[in-house]
Amino acid sequence: MLAPLHSANTAQVPVAHFSSEHSCLSIDHLSLAYAGKEALRDLTLSVPRHRVTAFIGPSGCGKSTLLRAINRLHDLNETVTHSGKITLEGQNIHDPQTNVTELRRRVGMVFQTPNPFPMSIYENVAFGLRLQQRLPKRKRDDIIEWALTSAALWDEVKDRLHRSAWQLSGGQQQRLVIARTLAVQPDVLLLDEPASALDPISTLKIEELIRNLKSELTLVLVTHNMQQAARVSDYTAFLHQGELVEYGPTDQVFTNPRLQHTENYITGRIT
Amino acid sequence: MKAGTVNTASRRPRFNWLNDLWPWLCAASVALSLLMLGALLALLLVRGLGHFWPATLEEVTLRSGDTFAGHAVREVELPQQAGDERLYFTGNQDIEGARWRWVKIEEIAERAQPADLIRLERSPWGDFIGRLVAIEQDDQRWEGDAAWQRLTALLALPASQRQESQLLLTTVDGQTLRQPMASIVSAQAPNAMSWSQKTHVWGDGVWRFLSEGPRAANTDGGVWPAIFGTVLMVILMSVMVTPFGVLAAIYLNEIAHQGRLTRLVRIGVRNLAGVPSIVYGVFGLGVFVYGIGGSLDEWFFSDTLPSPTFGTGGLLWASLTLALLTLPVVIVATEEGLARIPEAQREGAVALGATRLEMLTRIVLPMAAPAMLTGVILAVARAAGEVAPLMLVGVAKLAPQMPIDGEFPYLHLERKFMHLGYHLFDTAFHGEDVQAAIPLVYATALLLVLIVLVLNLTAIFLRHYLGRQRGNEC
Repeated sequence: MLAPLHSANTAQVPVAHFSSEHSCLSIDHLSLAYAGKEALRDLTLSVPRHRVTAFIGPSGCGKSTLLRAINRLHDLNETVTHSGKITLEGQNIHDPQTNVTELRRRVGMVFQTPNPFPMSIYENVAFGLRLQQRLPKRKRDDIIEWALTSAALWDEVKDRLHRSAWQLSGGQQQRLVIARTLAVQPDVLLLDEPASALDPISTLKIEELIRNLKSELTLVLVTHNMQQAARVSDYTAFLHQGELVEYGPTDQVFTNPRLQHTENYITGRIT
Repeated sequence: MKAGTVNTASRRPRFNWLNDLWPWLCAASVALSLLMLGALLALLLVRGLGHFWPATLEEVTLRSGDTFAGHAVREVELPQQAGDERLYFTGNQDIEGARWRWVKIEEIAERAQPADLIRLERSPWGDFIGRLVAIEQDDQRWEGDAAWQRLTALLALPASQRQESQLLLTTVDGQTLRQPMASIVSAQAPNAMSWSQKTHVWGDGVWRFLSEGPRAANTDGGVWPAIFGTVLMVILMSVMVTPFGVLAAIYLNEIAHQGRLTRLVRIGVRNLAGVPSIVYGVFGLGVFVYGIGGSLDEWFFSDTLPSPTFGTGGLLWASLTLALLTLPVVIVATEEGLARIPEAQREGAVALGATRLEMLTRIVLPMAAPAMLTGVILAVARAAGEVAPLMLVGVAKLAPQMPIDGEFPYLHLERKFMHLGYHLFDTAFHGEDVQAAIPLVYATALLLVLIVLVLNLTAIFLRHYLGRQRGNEC
């Protein structure tokens, strides 16, 4: 399952390669720079379908940059340049024929700090739906209930759907954001340190949610928290200074890393 | 001895006046500002509203034997210990030739406040102060108390039905006068009034000041056309400036490449806010009135030339000039509002598949609405008080017609209009009767402050309402 790949830091980097029927998302020799400053260098990996893949690495290693490249959020910043290819279910996301808003619907994203919109809980979840087509209210209500239930929030908010989302607690807000993303039925969910601004109990709820969601879609998780990566992910990629250092099944990366560098990071000897 | 103890002893607090006094300095600044604001408002309130209170009429007898009636206005100390002089408003301009009389206090022999002294407001000739002898209509005649009751009854009738009556009046020094009833606006006997009656008269006076047009070259009567003109002009200005300012701010903050040129434009816009308003007036006169207005006249109103239609100052050009003047304020406020919206909100919307336009209209603009309203509030406050540019582009001392009437097309943008700020200036400096103008100046100033306040409160309320609707406290 693992095949070696030559990388710039001369080490043999093991990279998980999945056959195309298992691979949902594949990144091929991706390099990316902010205003000429390199952030990702020649990165190649593929993400398996219906699994949780974690990106770990020290601050500034490029894991969030990589995540944002997957749903082309970098388009908002005109100083970003890139080379290489990202394919989602066999389709090149930078292809001129790719509809970027459709891509972003298929690849949902949850950010580090909860960012519910300044509107009611109901409207937050309905936001993505309203962008697409006019649904009858009954149908929309059903989808909203389903999304909130999938995000394990329905029981807490079902009596106050029309209250402001900003009155929810941080953990509830983050689950609301997940529900909002689920409502448009994405294929991939990108989570950028979704629990780093939350208390331990909320963090546990989010982690449980992540584990439950993988039957529905493919998840990619960026995290600072090593235990979290170990708890929830099936595969782990370790990035350092814009390069992929090690990638493999989480058990293997954490218990028996191939490289000293990875072990040093996991055991906290480098940060 | 322990080291710590030594330390505290050596660092015994010494008196440092700046350290101890700076909070008091700051507090004093606030107190001074509040005091001055309070004094300003109190002065306007007392002088402006006091004018409408029915003043007690005095019958004054001088040592020379001369008598007159009127109410005391103020006293002035004469130079070189020559004593004090008191100003009386005596009315009766048609009989005496003057409405005001300065009297040395030491020359006053006697002051009385007889209850039968009355004050009639007439048009023309202004106030009459004296006594009512009788009212005659055809061959009927009412005298004494009956005459007064008849007078009040007649005043309640519409003007067309009281034409036949004649009033027989006498001044306190014995001159008689026949006054046709049709010229009487109001009548009062302030010395015989109770407090509640006086309050009623006061309320009536304030109401007439607000609801009537000016009389006697702006030294008498009300300011309704000026209120109407001011508010209409400000509303038109807001309607013009808001879309332009908001769109410009969106371009600068959301669309333009954030480079040196954008920065330069931004600095330019900010500096435009500091350009003296008269400069905008000159621009408006040259470009809007003569340039655009002149061309419009040539193209569409050539049959009425040489008398101009749009080629002279008017409501449209005044609103446009003020819109231009307040544009930087709206742009700057909106831009600041846009810049404060967290990037996470925009990314959240985009990540759900919103296009840039959808992100702007559904998330960014609603969140920036309070900031935009703040910009409009500031613009309104500035525009309502601006006088200098208006003098060049369309304000009139006395506008013959209101800018809105029942005649097609109902809103007449080419008409000249009256404005409270200019009315204030005109009353204060160009009136024929300076003494009569003083209380009106205060009342108009108070009104101008109140109108700006009301416009601002409306916008603040709107802003708060918008904020509450979304459940946040901004």
